[in-house]
Amino acid sequence: MAGKTLYDKIWDAHVADEQDDGTCLLYIDRHLVHEVTSPQAFEGLRIAGRKVRAPEKTIAVPDHNVPTTEGRDKHIDNEESRIQVEALDKNARDFGINYYPVSDIRQGIVHIVGPEQGWTLPGMTVVCGDSHTATHGAFGALAHGIGTSEVEHVLATQTLIQKKSKNMKVEITGKLRPGVTAKDITLSVIGATGTAGGTGYVIEYCGEAIRDLSMEGRMTVCNMAIEGGARAGLIAPDETTYAYVMGRPHAPKAAQWEAALTWWKTLHSDDDAHWDKVVTLKGEDIAPVVTWGTSPEDVLPITGAVPAAEDFKGGKVEAAARSLDYMGLKPGTKLTDIKIDTVFIGSCTNGRIEDLRAAAAILKGKKIKDGMRAMVVPGSGLVRAQAEEEGLAQIFIDAGFEWRLAGCSMCLAMNPDQLSPGERCAATSNRNFEGRQGRGGRTHLMSPAMAAAAAVTGHLTDVRELM
Amino acid sequence: MDKFTTLTGIAAPMPLVNIDTDMIIPKQFLKTIKRSGLGKNLFDEMRFTQDGQEIPDFVLNQPAYRRAEIIVAGDNFGCGSSREHAPWALLDFGIRCVISTSFADIFFNNCFKNGILPIVLPEEAVAVLMEDARRGANARMTVNLEDQTVTTSDGKSYSFEVDAFRKHCLLNGLDDIGLTLEKVSAIDSFEKIAGQSRPWV
Repeated sequence: MAGKTLYDKIWDAHVADEQDDGTCLLYIDRHLVHEVTSPQAFEGLRIAGRKVRAPEKTIAVPDHNVPTTEGRDKHIDNEESRIQVEALDKNARDFGINYYPVSDIRQGIVHIVGPEQGWTLPGMTVVCGDSHTATHGAFGALAHGIGTSEVEHVLATQTLIQKKSKNMKVEITGKLRPGVTAKDITLSVIGATGTAGGTGYVIEYCGEAIRDLSMEGRMTVCNMAIEGGARAGLIAPDETTYAYVMGRPHAPKAAQWEAALTWWKTLHSDDDAHWDKVVTLKGEDIAPVVTWGTSPEDVLPITGAVPAAEDFKGGKVEAAARSLDYMGLKPGTKLTDIKIDTVFIGSCTNGRIEDLRAAAAILKGKKIKDGMRAMVVPGSGLVRAQAEEEGLAQIFIDAGFEWRLAGCSMCLAMNPDQLSPGERCAATSNRNFEGRQGRGGRTHLMSPAMAAAAAVTGHLTDVRELM
Repeated sequence: MDKFTTLTGIAAPMPLVNIDTDMIIPKQFLKTIKRSGLGKNLFDEMRFTQDGQEIPDFVLNQPAYRRAEIIVAGDNFGCGSSREHAPWALLDFGIRCVISTSFADIFFNNCFKNGILPIVLPEEAVAVLMEDARRGANARMTVNLEDQTVTTSDGKSYSFEVDAFRKHCLLNGLDDIGLTLEKVSAIDSFEKIAGQSRPWV
């Protein structure tokens, strides 16, 4: 019999029931909740007279809608946003679930708060009504996004009705070159496989370049598994993982820590495990990259030029033509000649302390280009506090950045932080879809260091020239 | 959830690949705390100008497709965010079936929870159905879930695969939570055993 993958092992440890056709009830260890995809689920529970089955395993935090300016704990101007945040306040109270309101320094983006507080642990099943739940896979937890009906299902039953996905291995061999980061890895993988390349699979990222990443970097890689179409991304836990988790508020302690560690050390794919698909990239071949179009697969090294629609095949020809028109780009233009109006550093992809350090390292002693709008939105109140303590906040402020409170902010522009039509943004977030950051807004995705470099020069820039 | 058995209706062609959930329902409409009323904002930024005027070229604004119940779409329909507002908006507009070569995983799941049937067919079949949809309101397709077929107005028929459990739930309009709660003893015993072997969870 073939060995098991990490995904197989976590799956097998969570099947509460299996029907003859392979449909399973998968037990959920952690359910993360935010204000946008949960109100209808709680309403469903109320109508049916149901309770939350495991409130102690359910964690809520408002993040999508919240303004990132001072005073938001007193009042939110936008009425609909305020109603959603107030609904979450009430639902958390009424159903007795763990809650971090906007007034709490631990508030932040749900996928940053979970790991930071030690809710996310290796070997767990983690779900949230948000596609970027894949982030938690960095701990060797099976983590994926669900819809609101499934949010209600998990609240009521602590399980999900699931069929198993296939196993895909993405190996990044060797070392990364200077200036190349976790964001460049994850974008390059999507560039290579396409946004549907992972559909039907759970991806395990492995190889030396992945092992060398910090937990922050691993979270960046797994975060965008969804942009590659995969249900989830995973990285096997190791000493880096244990060191990050140890001592966090909700991590196991003393004897339970030892017991947990014993099990976690078994959580890796066996040498003879079966893979349905394997993709290998060489770490040294990965360059600092940016996106040029309106799909996360539209990835090119910063040294490249804008492609033409005819460079593509099939349905992508029309899509690329539409992207070029939307983005206001001419084929053949050098990527480094593209001028930028706005820089956004933040999001569940790149809103952690290491991301802020990387951007600040480029910005130290420099100013952003005249007329540039630039903002940093830390991923959580604790990331923000740490950045202030390390002096990073001052570097951003001195450079001309706005220093904001924690939230999703301009990643999806549900709060007041939005692009205007035609405004071009260098963003550390995860989606460059049409209208994503505001109607008509033009998004180029990149790493925090690359975004910082663009802020200084006013155009897309190869960060290696500023290092 | 409404049952899905057979559907004969107008199919709108949307050949663009990677139609994402931000296109289907832009984020400014996610601030609702209801499931209903999203149809008027379906494909909002493709369908309306910034001042709310209809964009005549957009397929669902064309007279032949204003009452479409089926969409024939390009590859990887529904990619992006997990927002169930996407199927809610489709349903509220009147769309009960989407046909494509591939769908994004979360969107695909969300459809089944709302009585919408997403059908995956090979490229050649989708190409024929796309051409058929381009013929407008005179060409009505029939989707038969029981038989697992899509039939064009001139009689070309294609079989599709669907998960047996999901088919059963759609045909009967069954509520997942009710079904799962029938298995509550299995959940109870799993929780007890897992609680002993992994007490830190």
